[in-house]
Amino acid sequence: MWRRVTAMVARYLYLYRRSLARAGEVFFWPVMDLVVWGFLMTYLRRHMLPQAIVWLLGAMIFWDVLYRAQQAITLSMSEDIWAKNLINLFIAPISVFELLLATCFMGVIKATITILVLGTLASVLYAFDITTIGYALLPFMLVLLLFGWALGTFTMGLILRFGKAAEALVWGIPFLVQPLSAVFYPVDVLPQPLRAAAHWLPSTYVFEGMRAVIAGAPFDIQNLGIAFALNMLYLALGSMFFAYMLRVVRERGHISRLGME
Amino acid sequence: MSHSASVPAEPPAPEAPVIAVNGLTKRFGDLTAVNDVSFSVRRGEILGLLGPNGAGKTTTIQLMLGLTTPTAGAITIFGQDLRRRRRQILTRVNFASAYISLPSNLTVEENLTVFSRLYGVKNAKRRTTELLELFEIPQTLTQVTGALSSGQITRLNLCKAFLNDPEALFLDEPTASLDPDIADKVRTALGEIQRERGVTMVYTSHNMQEVEAMCDRVIFLSRGNIVAQGTPEDVLKTSRSDSMEEVFIAIARNGALRDVDEEDDD
Repeated sequence: MWRRVTAMVARYLYLYRRSLARAGEVFFWPVMDLVVWGFLMTYLRRHMLPQAIVWLLGAMIFWDVLYRAQQAITLSMSEDIWAKNLINLFIAPISVFELLLATCFMGVIKATITILVLGTLASVLYAFDITTIGYALLPFMLVLLLFGWALGTFTMGLILRFGKAAEALVWGIPFLVQPLSAVFYPVDVLPQPLRAAAHWLPSTYVFEGMRAVIAGAPFDIQNLGIAFALNMLYLALGSMFFAYMLRVVRERGHISRLGME
Repeated sequence: MSHSASVPAEPPAPEAPVIAVNGLTKRFGDLTAVNDVSFSVRRGEILGLLGPNGAGKTTTIQLMLGLTTPTAGAITIFGQDLRRRRRQILTRVNFASAYISLPSNLTVEENLTVFSRLYGVKNAKRRTTELLELFEIPQTLTQVTGALSSGQITRLNLCKAFLNDPEALFLDEPTASLDPDIADKVRTALGEIQRERGVTMVYTSHNMQEVEAMCDRVIFLSRGNIVAQGTPEDVLKTSRSDSMEEVFIAIARNGALRDVDEEDDD
């Protein structure tokens, strides 16, 4: 199994090594985000709430971890659709699980690079030290990574089913959960009915938890447990949805259309 | 003289077909793309799957690769049920088509390395070099795939298709984008491998001369039905045609071979 999984990871890494546009996707956009939010933070720090506003940068970095994890799955498979390589993969003796596992590894690689680059830049440029979050940093990242994978498998199911018409979802789906995840503001800001919905998202517990830890509150292990439990649920649902869509496209002959168009 | 010596030896059991398709049907809503198709392919045989666009050739190949689920019927490859043993079967087969590619941002070497690992090819470097030489593109090894000519890309696809030394190979219009010289070289290489390794091939093409030269047996499909089958000579004889191209045109225009006779009678 690992030979096939690492073969696919190598396939994606070869691409990033050679394509400036793809490498830019890992470095350029996150750094640009950091620059904009960093300047905003600098401005806000001067004029209001000099301490509390610090978490804005943390939120931006955390959000990028979720976003890159989701994109690692969706972009990796989309690349093979665009390259007309999907059929080559689907007739190779690699299971769909192994294929997804390879894209998840890409998520780990991308998220790690993102957090290292952005963490370092945030420290150097804006004196924001992400390690002040302490030992909670790792479980927070893991929750976001897992939720990104769940969103990724769900998005890939839609792309398999609806083809190129659904490609915008690669970039769009994470932004559907962003307002409810309370990334840049506390959940309290949301209207009452949306607050309940927000607590069904694992990401909400991370962003709320991060703000609490930066403000000096203790790390809430119970909320973390809820986030992991929700992630397990969404990963299971995402995988089931992907498997169902794969069955549908096999029945309707859409795989060949995706692979040859 | 022993008793057993007087018992006449049993005739050897006929070799099981490498590919057996029984009652294969595929419906997409109201459209029947493949209708109750049955055939088998023996070891080392090259079967031409022919017919006009929309006849059901590509769908049949995709059903045989498990890319599409059949509505009815069964496919066994190497005596194994495709539905149940697909992954095991896939290690021993491969596929190339003029309509699919390898990632254009990767070099030829990287692409073949990835697929060598997927198929668990031993001595992958040596195998890569051998195949690139066989298809006369060794100079492309370090080139980015996107920079290759369409003829080189087709030959690279064939290199990928032979990486795992397949016992059965599905080729969907493998020479569609090639100039006559390169197409001839590809046919020669395919023939060479087939003779040396006894590879079973299912072959689609719109080039009827190529079909006559390559295929031991042909199946003509029209609107998902088998309308003619046999050796190219048999099909020519039955249809009272001078060339396979004539047979193809008759089937494309009339949907059946018997109409050729009727036209001749007129």
